[in-house]
Amino acid sequence: MSGANFLFWVYALAAGGSAIAVVLTQNVVRMAFWLIVSLGSTAGLFFLLGADFVGAAQLLVYVGGTLVLLIFGVMLTASGPFINMKTNPGELVLAGVVGCALLGVILSTTGAVAWDALPSSQHQQKLGFNPPEDGSTLRPLGMSFIGLRPDKDLDRKGTSGQLSTGYLLPFEIVSVHLLVVLVGAAYLARAKRRQGS
Amino acid sequence: MPALFAADSSIAKFLSDHIGETWGYGLTALIHAVLIIHFFAVAPLFYIWLERKVAGRIQDRLGPTRVGGKFGWLQTLADGIKLIQKEDLCPGAADRFLFRLSPYLVFVASFGAFLTLPWSDGWIAQNLDIGVFFMLAVMSLEVIGVVFAGYSSGSKWALFGGMREAAQVVSYEIPMAICALVPVIVAGTLNMVDIGRMQSGWFTNWFVLHDPFCCLAFFVYFTVATASVKRAPFDLAEAESELVAGFHTEYSGIRWSYFFMAEYASMFAVSGIATALFLGGWYTGIAPIDEGLFASIREVGGSPAEGVTTLGSYVVNLIGMTIFLVKGSALVFFQIWIRWTLPRLRIDQVMTTCLKYLLPISCFLLVGVSVWPLLLNSCIGRTTLVPGEAAALGNKVPRVAPTTTGRKTVAISLTNDHGETIPGILFDPVPITATAERE
Repeated sequence: MSGANFLFWVYALAAGGSAIAVVLTQNVVRMAFWLIVSLGSTAGLFFLLGADFVGAAQLLVYVGGTLVLLIFGVMLTASGPFINMKTNPGELVLAGVVGCALLGVILSTTGAVAWDALPSSQHQQKLGFNPPEDGSTLRPLGMSFIGLRPDKDLDRKGTSGQLSTGYLLPFEIVSVHLLVVLVGAAYLARAKRRQGS
Repeated sequence: MPALFAADSSIAKFLSDHIGETWGYGLTALIHAVLIIHFFAVAPLFYIWLERKVAGRIQDRLGPTRVGGKFGWLQTLADGIKLIQKEDLCPGAADRFLFRLSPYLVFVASFGAFLTLPWSDGWIAQNLDIGVFFMLAVMSLEVIGVVFAGYSSGSKWALFGGMREAAQVVSYEIPMAICALVPVIVAGTLNMVDIGRMQSGWFTNWFVLHDPFCCLAFFVYFTVATASVKRAPFDLAEAESELVAGFHTEYSGIRWSYFFMAEYASMFAVSGIATALFLGGWYTGIAPIDEGLFASIREVGGSPAEGVTTLGSYVVNLIGMTIFLVKGSALVFFQIWIRWTLPRLRIDQVMTTCLKYLLPISCFLLVGVSVWPLLLNSCIGRTTLVPGEAAALGNKVPRVAPTTTGRKTVAISLTNDHGETIPGILFDPVPITATAERE
């Protein structure tokens, strides 16, 4: 077993095991801790696969942002020192069904991908960048976000004709969407004035 | 597997040639981690001593004078031995599992940030393409350990400290990341080593002097970074006058000292980011000296120069690392100076400072630095204040730049590591641009 495979198993087992621990734990804050381990291990898997940006975004957004807010909310709203969560059997069954359905979707998607047809790192070497194996993983992503696809257009002859489109428009739509959500959140959270005062 | 290790690492190359890839890379990771953890342990020794001396001098007393002969330079070591000997207490009301664990969480998060800190030209544990982003992401995890420590202690003081910390750090993360983006926009890369190389030459090439927005961003970043490592005047999480000792009230012995090792190491980490992003990293700022040192070991673009011995490049890198450490330590000294000079803010003032002042200012700086080259281009006809190309050692970072084509349209083209331009027409034609009008 190579070192990369060994690390993959370490992270995969940590992610899976702590995800089970999240479900089995009763204490909310300990659940949050196991969730941190699970999401952190997933970030580790992303780093291992050379998807540095996704891994760091996972750490920043989910572990550093969402989970801190979750713990913060628990600390602000808890009535006792260490609150426990009790779930009734109906919720358990419902959650189980949803979880199994999601697992089915993921498994069928994984089976449908043609893994052999994925592009190699030769295009990047043609551009003069280091291949992803050497740690250069961000530039193709950044290029496609500003609308450039040098990995597809490099072999094109001449300067006229249609170029491949990147992800500039989806990226902008998502940004505006997030802005709308932020404005909405600020609107909902604003200090409400009593009527007549 | 090689994705885990930078191509720059000569140790990785040497070891994997001799003892096989798996063991070679494993051993390289171990060497890097051990070197960083030594810095992580030794730097707080020095900074805590410095803090005591500076605090003493500012308050018109001497600070430690006796332990270890002159200047009390072994005082921290004596303190450390005392802390190891102390009993490791766990309060009866605490959540034992989380209480024991949280110092390690803080420790690991602070340690992880050092993985992408560039010590010298090519001396970096992980030369990630997203270095700046990675450091900010990992440093944001430190707050989790602090919040857990506050929550699991089962004490009201600790809980208040933890809650303040969560509110404060989550807010200050935002202007910190935005301010770090300002020099990143100038550099066009998130790679720490590339950003460092772009600031070679005279110190006027440092990003702090690049344009007015970068200059302001440095000071805003430093303020926000001081708050994000919970140093006075923003140390509300451990405000002694109100909360006994805040989130670490219930801790004792070695677990307590882990919090402080992480705090002082984080102080250096944020100062290191400031040094790499704004203050020219490992360069002295005097062009002839830098070229004599670093051009001898590395060609333009980062590949090793011809005929460089391993020993020679190590000596040069050691000098670079010393310069980096001096710059970083100077910033840590400023943080200590501020702590013993300014009074602590109230918690509502801390939040107001961040959300009503620092956040809008940093957003303004981000917009400003993006508009700056366009403004210059329309006023004086070039995109930089100083005429000529970018710095000699740093102009080969692949970047996207607007160029004019023969058809009087503006296209975005791409310059790769070898200086070749790759056309990638995006807007054809662009109706209103300053560049198009000038043609």
